[in-house]
Amino acid sequence: MKEYFALIFTGGKSLIVGMMITLREFFRPIVTVQYPRETLPVSPNFRGHTILIRDEEKEFKHRCISCKMCQRECPSGCIDLAGEKREGVKGMVLVKYHLDFTKCSLCGTCVEVCPTDALDFSDEYRHVGFTREEFHYDLLAKVEEKE
Amino acid sequence: MSTDTVTPLDEHRYVLNMGPQHPSTHGVLRVILEMEGEYVMNPQPVLGYGHRMHEKMAESRSWPNFLPNAARMDYLAALIYNHGYVGVIERLAGIEATPRAEYIRVITSEMNRLQSHLLWLGVLVLDLGAFTPIMYTFEDREKLIDILEDVTGSRLTYCYMRVGGVVRDIDDKFISRTREYIDWQRSRMPMYENLVTGNIIFRKRVEDIGEFTPDLARRYGLTGPCLRATGIPYDIRRAEPYSVYPEFDFDIPTETAGDCMAAYKVRFREIEQSLRILEQALDKLPDGPVMAKLPKKIKLPAGDATYTVESPRGELLYHLTADGSDVPYRMKIRVPSFSNLSVLPEICSGMLLSDLCACMGSLDLVIPEIDR
Amino acid sequence: MTFLPPELLRILVTVVCAIVIVFGNAVVMGYLERKFAGRFQRRPGPMEVGFHGILQLAVDGVKLVGKQLVIPRHADPVLYRIAPIISFAPSIMPMLVIPFSPKLQGRDFDVGLIFILAVVSLNVLAILIAGWSSNNKYSLLGAMRSVAQNVAYEIPMLLTLMSVILVTGTFSLRGIVEAQTNGIWFVFIMPVAFIIFFAATLAETNRAPFDLPEAESELTAGFMTEFSGMGFSLFFMAEYTYMFIACSLTVILFLGGWQGPPLPFAEYSSALWFFLKVYVLLILMIWIRWTFPRVRFDQLLNFCWKYLVPFALVHLMITAVVLKL
Repeated sequence: MKEYFALIFTGGKSLIVGMMITLREFFRPIVTVQYPRETLPVSPNFRGHTILIRDEEKEFKHRCISCKMCQRECPSGCIDLAGEKREGVKGMVLVKYHLDFTKCSLCGTCVEVCPTDALDFSDEYRHVGFTREEFHYDLLAKVEEKE
Repeated sequence: MSTDTVTPLDEHRYVLNMGPQHPSTHGVLRVILEMEGEYVMNPQPVLGYGHRMHEKMAESRSWPNFLPNAARMDYLAALIYNHGYVGVIERLAGIEATPRAEYIRVITSEMNRLQSHLLWLGVLVLDLGAFTPIMYTFEDREKLIDILEDVTGSRLTYCYMRVGGVVRDIDDKFISRTREYIDWQRSRMPMYENLVTGNIIFRKRVEDIGEFTPDLARRYGLTGPCLRATGIPYDIRRAEPYSVYPEFDFDIPTETAGDCMAAYKVRFREIEQSLRILEQALDKLPDGPVMAKLPKKIKLPAGDATYTVESPRGELLYHLTADGSDVPYRMKIRVPSFSNLSVLPEICSGMLLSDLCACMGSLDLVIPEIDR
Repeated sequence: MTFLPPELLRILVTVVCAIVIVFGNAVVMGYLERKFAGRFQRRPGPMEVGFHGILQLAVDGVKLVGKQLVIPRHADPVLYRIAPIISFAPSIMPMLVIPFSPKLQGRDFDVGLIFILAVVSLNVLAILIAGWSSNNKYSLLGAMRSVAQNVAYEIPMLLTLMSVILVTGTFSLRGIVEAQTNGIWFVFIMPVAFIIFFAATLAETNRAPFDLPEAESELTAGFMTEFSGMGFSLFFMAEYTYMFIACSLTVILFLGGWQGPPLPFAEYSSALWFFLKVYVLLILMIWIRWTFPRVRFDQLLNFCWKYLVPFALVHLMITAVVLKL
C-alpha cells in the first residue's frame, strides 16, 4: 500500500519536472534557421565537389598538367580528363576535365595526389538538378568562366 | 528468410510485416512478426535491403580506394570505421602513425561516438513516443558536427584518417570549441536525466523489457553497451587497447539488469566517459606532424592482420588477408549491429509490439552497417 | 424574415454557428499545436505562408481537399468511406448544448451532459469501422486499442461526473455552471476529481501520452494509416473537435464555465472567459503531448483500473457522505 502511494507521488513529480523542462525550453530562443532565407556560414574547410584552382600566373589560368594521377587514383572513377600536345607550349595542355559528381564520394584522394596542387574543394553545398547530366561538371569551363 | 521456412500458423495467429518502411525500424530493416493479438510470438529479422557488398568491393580494388567506403557502412560512426580500416592497413604494412595523429584520431573518434550516442538517445525516446528530446539532442549534436565539419570537411560520412596519420591538423580554434562543447554537454546531462531518465512513463516502458543474461549475450556474440548492460565489462578500448587509449583514465560503465533500462543507463554514462577522454586527450595533445613519413607507394606484404575497435554499438573488427598485391585478397568486417540484432528473436518472443519497438531502439541498430 | 418561424431560424443560426466553431477550432488548434510544438522543440514552427505561417492551415486544407481518396484494394469500400463521416458528424452536435455564455446556448437540455457523452462515444464506433474496413493489420490493431481504451476510461470519467452531479443535482450544463457562482468552482472543492477527469479525457480523445490508437512509432498511424485526403482530414478535424468538447466539459464541470471578472454585455461577452479557459486547457494538452513518451497498452489499462477507478470511487463515496452530513 505504501509503495502504491509512493509510486503515485514520485511518478507525478517526475511528470511535473518533465513539463517544467519543456516549459523552460519553450521560452528560450529558437536554434534553427529558416533555410532558404537565412544560411549558416560554411566552414572554409568544407569539402564540396572539386574545382581547378584559378591561377592568374599560369598561361591557361590553372595548374593542371594533365598527368591523370587523379583519374587513376579516384576510387569511384568519376574523373575524365584529357590533354593534348600543342605547338609552342611546354607539356600537355588540358582540354577536358569532367567530374561526374553523381559518383563522387568526396574522399579527397584526387586533391592529395595532385603533384601540382591544381585541385581544391569548393564550398558549394547546394546542388540541385532534375537530370543526372546536371551533375556532370566541366571543371575546365568553370575555371575559365570564373573571372 | 523465405516464405517456405515459415511454419504454418495456428488459427489465431497472424503475420505482421514490420518494415522495410516502418518508423521504428530505423532504415530498411524488415521484421516478420508472428502475432497473437498484440503479442509478438516470433520476430524474424530480414536483412539485405541495403546490401552494397562492401567486403567484396574491398577485394576488388586497391586498398587506398576502399577508404571512402569505410565511412559508408555505419553512417553514425564513420570516423571509427575509418580508424579501424587505417588501423588494419598500418598493422599489416608495419606503419606507425605519428603520436599527434593518434591523439587526433582518438579525439575525433570519441566525438563521433558522442554524436552517435546523442542520436540514439533521441531516437530511443522517439520510438517510445516522445518527440521533443530528439530535438534537444540534435541541438547538442549539431554543435558537435559543426566542430567535426570544420576539421574533416564533411558532416556525416567523414573520410578523414589516412594510413600514417590524418588529413588535416587541428588548430587552437578546434580545441577551444571542443572545450566549450564539453562544458555545454555536461551542463545538458541533468536536463536529460530529468526529462527522460526520471520520467515515470519512460521508466515503465523500458524497465524489465528485453532482458538478456550474460550467458545469452555470450552465445549470440553481443558486444558493446548491450553486453555491458549484463554486467560484463568488455570494452575493446580496455580489453584489447588500441591507439593511445591506454593513456587515458576512464571507466567502463556496467549495469547488471540486462534490460533496456540497463542498456540505456550504460550508454547514458558512456557519454560522460567520452567527455572525460576528450578532455584528457586535449590536455595531453603532443606537438608534431600529423602525417608520418611514408614511402610514395606502400606495399601490402602478404599475410593477415586484424584490428579491432570499439564502435558505439560494439566490437568492430577488420580482418585483412593480403597476397602481396595491391588488392586485398580477403577483407572480413565484423560489425556489432549484426550480432546485436540476432538476439532479437530470442528476447522479443512473447512481448508486446510496443516493447519490440523499445527493444530495437535500445539495441541501437544501424541497418546499413548490418547489411554493408 | 417573417416567412420563417422563429424557432426554425434559431435552429438554423445555431447549426451554422456550431459548424463555424468546429472548423474555426480545427484551424486554430492546428496552428496552435504546430506553433507550440515548434517552440517546445526550439524551432519556429510554420513560418512561410502568411505572417508567421498563419495561413499554413488554409494551404494544408486546400492540399488535403485536392488529394486523391485512395481506397485499398481489399478494403470494404462502403464502410471505408463512411467511417470519417461517422467520426466527424457527431462532433458538431455537442456544440448545440454547450453553454458558451448565459445567452449563447443552442438549447438547454435537462440531460445535456448525458447527451454530450452519448454523442461523443460514437467516435469509438467510427474508429473501429475505420480500422476494420481499411484491411490493414496496423489499422485493426489501432482500432482494437481504441475500443478497449475508450471503454475503460469511460468509467472513471463517469464516476467523477457523478461526484459533480451529486453536488449540483442537475444534468443541465447551464445548471452546473450556475451552481458554481461566486468563484466557488468545483476544481477548488474537488481537485482530485478534476485531475481524474482530465486524465480520462486525455485518454478518451486519444491524446498523448494515451495516443495508442495512432501510435505512429509502432502502428505507423494506427486506424488512419490508409486514409488520405479528406478522409484523413475529417479524422483530424474530429480529433480536434473532440478535444474542444472534452475541454469545454472540463471547464463547465470544474472551472465555472463562462464565469470570470465581469465584462460589459456579460450575457454574451462572457463567452470570452469560456473560450479562454478552454484554450488554456487545450494548450495544456499540447504541452503534455510534446513532453511525454507514450504509455504501453497494458499500462494504460492498469493506470485506469488500478489508479483512476479506485480514486474516483473513493471520491464519489466521500462526496456522498459529505453531502449527506
